[in-house]
Amino acid sequence: MAIAMNGRDGGKPAEPGSPSAPLVVVARIKSALRIVQADAHARRLGLRPGLTLADARARVPHLALADEDQAADLALRDHIADWCDRYTPLVGVDGEDGLQFDITGCAHLFGGEAELRDDLMARLAGQGFTVLSAVADTPDAARAVARHGRGGLVPSGTEREAVRPLPVAALDLEGQKLRALTRAGLTTIGDLASRPRAPLAARFGADLVDRLARTLGEAVHPISPRRPVPELLATRRFAEPIALMDTVLATLRGLAQELDAMLAQRGAGGRRFEASLYRADGAIRRIRIETGRPLRDAAIVIRLLSERIAALADPIDPGFGFDMIRLDVLAAETMTTVQSGLDGRQHDAESLADLIDRLSVRYGQARVLRFTREDSHVPERMARLVPAIAPEGRPDRAGGTWLQGQAGDPPAQPFCLFDPPQPIETLAEVPDGPPLRFLWRRVLHEIAAAEGPERIAPEWWRGAEGALTRDYFRVEDRNGHRFWLFREGLYAVEIKHPRWFLHGLFA
Amino acid sequence: MGTAGDSLAGLRRDIAAIVTADRATEAISAQALEEERFPLGLPALDRAIGGGLRRAALHEVFADQPGDAAAARGFSLALTACAAFDRPVIWIRQDMIAREHGELHAPGLMEFGLPPESVVLLRMGDALQSLRAGHEALRCPALGAVVVELWGTPRALDLTASQRLGRAATKAGVTAFLIRTGMGAAPQPSAALTRWSVRAVPSAHLAAGAPGAPAFEIGLLLHREGYPPQTVRVEWNRDDRAFRKAALSRPVAASSGDRPLASPGRENRPPGWNVVPIHGDRHERTGWRKAG
Repeated sequence: MAIAMNGRDGGKPAEPGSPSAPLVVVARIKSALRIVQADAHARRLGLRPGLTLADARARVPHLALADEDQAADLALRDHIADWCDRYTPLVGVDGEDGLQFDITGCAHLFGGEAELRDDLMARLAGQGFTVLSAVADTPDAARAVARHGRGGLVPSGTEREAVRPLPVAALDLEGQKLRALTRAGLTTIGDLASRPRAPLAARFGADLVDRLARTLGEAVHPISPRRPVPELLATRRFAEPIALMDTVLATLRGLAQELDAMLAQRGAGGRRFEASLYRADGAIRRIRIETGRPLRDAAIVIRLLSERIAALADPIDPGFGFDMIRLDVLAAETMTTVQSGLDGRQHDAESLADLIDRLSVRYGQARVLRFTREDSHVPERMARLVPAIAPEGRPDRAGGTWLQGQAGDPPAQPFCLFDPPQPIETLAEVPDGPPLRFLWRRVLHEIAAAEGPERIAPEWWRGAEGALTRDYFRVEDRNGHRFWLFREGLYAVEIKHPRWFLHGLFA
Repeated sequence: MGTAGDSLAGLRRDIAAIVTADRATEAISAQALEEERFPLGLPALDRAIGGGLRRAALHEVFADQPGDAAAARGFSLALTACAAFDRPVIWIRQDMIAREHGELHAPGLMEFGLPPESVVLLRMGDALQSLRAGHEALRCPALGAVVVELWGTPRALDLTASQRLGRAATKAGVTAFLIRTGMGAAPQPSAALTRWSVRAVPSAHLAAGAPGAPAFEIGLLLHREGYPPQTVRVEWNRDDRAFRKAALSRPVAASSGDRPLASPGRENRPPGWNVVPIHGDRHERTGWRKAG
């Protein structure tokens, strides 16, 4: 199925204003203001896109003008496409002013293809849009009939007959090829279809033949959907819009139970869920949750969803109510059901994963973190914090083990590290020894004991220009505070006046 | 690692190598977790607080001076390692703390005796959020410990908030620690079972004047089970995951009097080392005007 907005030259919703004045949308093209869109009234007066504004004014002096705003046009198209999600999850974009839907297997929900189209047209008309639409077996045939024919339903298998009388422009060719075709006397698709293809390909390019085949319904070019197609979805429509959040949650619970059953049949669990709330006035609110492990228990899905809703920065505004609610499983994984052991450890691992899911949903994945080991000897790069929910953040997948200190030695690395290291002022006895005292955050620390240097060379393979060797010292001041200091740069070899930094705090 | 056999952790490692690593630690932790108190390792201290710290309760740790924040954190880290015993730990930090005192450093945690893979770090914007996250985490009985680090004395932390945390900890059987550091962190009415104040003290220096094992002076300010307040100097032994009595280090001896210290074995040190003899009063503290 294809729709095109307000005719073949792409229109705009009828804007409220003086109904008498014809409206044109103008843009500067090649240093002249030209009409890019014209409303029905203006077209009746003979104003066509491409005409300069001066000419148009000469013909129709009382012209209403609007500047072209392409970004707003595209945003509007996307908004309508979002709204059209209610008919099928497979919505594709067709140019700047058209949409294509794959309604295979969806039409019966609305009582048939004709009823679906009527419903769509009526609803769009109710929102002030004039659209052309057609339903056909292949997207390109539907597109041609919608944009260049009279729209409507093309009975299955009759695409050929339906597109024959259409002009060659329906093939969506670039201007040069179109002119060449017209000059050759080929004006309708029927003219092309009755000719052998090989000479056509030789003269006008393989692209033409390909497009011709698609438009005639001989070949199918699949629609590329705008949004990821859910693996599973459950939908509920309401005759009367619902506005109470409790009802919304109850509906979602019902949908989650439906999905639960579907997932159970597949032996799978969902990793990403998305609830879409379709407001009666066309606004759509989507709430997405992600889980650390495959999940299908409706109660847990609902708890995560309601936590997400509670944590939303801008709360859900039901307005005049939602007339449709959908719950998608965007990603599913095989879920193995594990028998819980007698000691309950399996259960423990699960309840921790549950907790991480809950916290990640509530506070965002960037705030719930785990350490993973990195293969580096530079202290700040030895470990990385990754979202705890991500599978690679799991301890069982992290590579290697953490370095354990020598038994009996005090910790060699601090448990708190400053990033970036804190600059300090120091006074040292000899240039390459530990400092005697240092000033950090306006407090003077007199050093009573020190160990070092532990020399850490920069990672030259990272290509860090000007990275300097660091000499680390473990020091203790006279009050018993222990610090990790380093001097950046080898004295007189790499740098003339090495700077000192405080990198971490020991207990 | 040559003399691994003489420390408890070394023995554990040996056992783990013989049996499969997982099952060994499981067996130990399961046994340890059955008790409702966990020992701190120092017999005198454990006896004085009734055989160890209560597991399913809230414990509050303060820094004695603003500069002792790292010591307070280290002491809490040690308690967490004792309490959690390889079970998962949820560590909740206010963003302010990471900015002022540094972010948790995984290799350092490992060196301190808490395996980083068992830690889940939560970065929270404010105190209220941290407390809520702590409360949420305490609903999960699978955890070894929940640590909440707060900056200063936030308004969100009132008696009710600490009561909620304490109740949640009791219900889940999980140990909860509240670390209070930063500007203006002062004890206030709270439902915590114990309240500790921690001060860093000079460690027992190793050969060649290197700083030794982490040493603290811990003060039990309050114990709701009625054990009297007391102050102990302890040293943390990360190999055994236990505290031990702090060995007397030279600066400690010096602090008792005002006499100047003798040079700490300068002749034994390689030329690059310049640990200086210390003069002056240890108690003289410089003003800590800036936060941190």
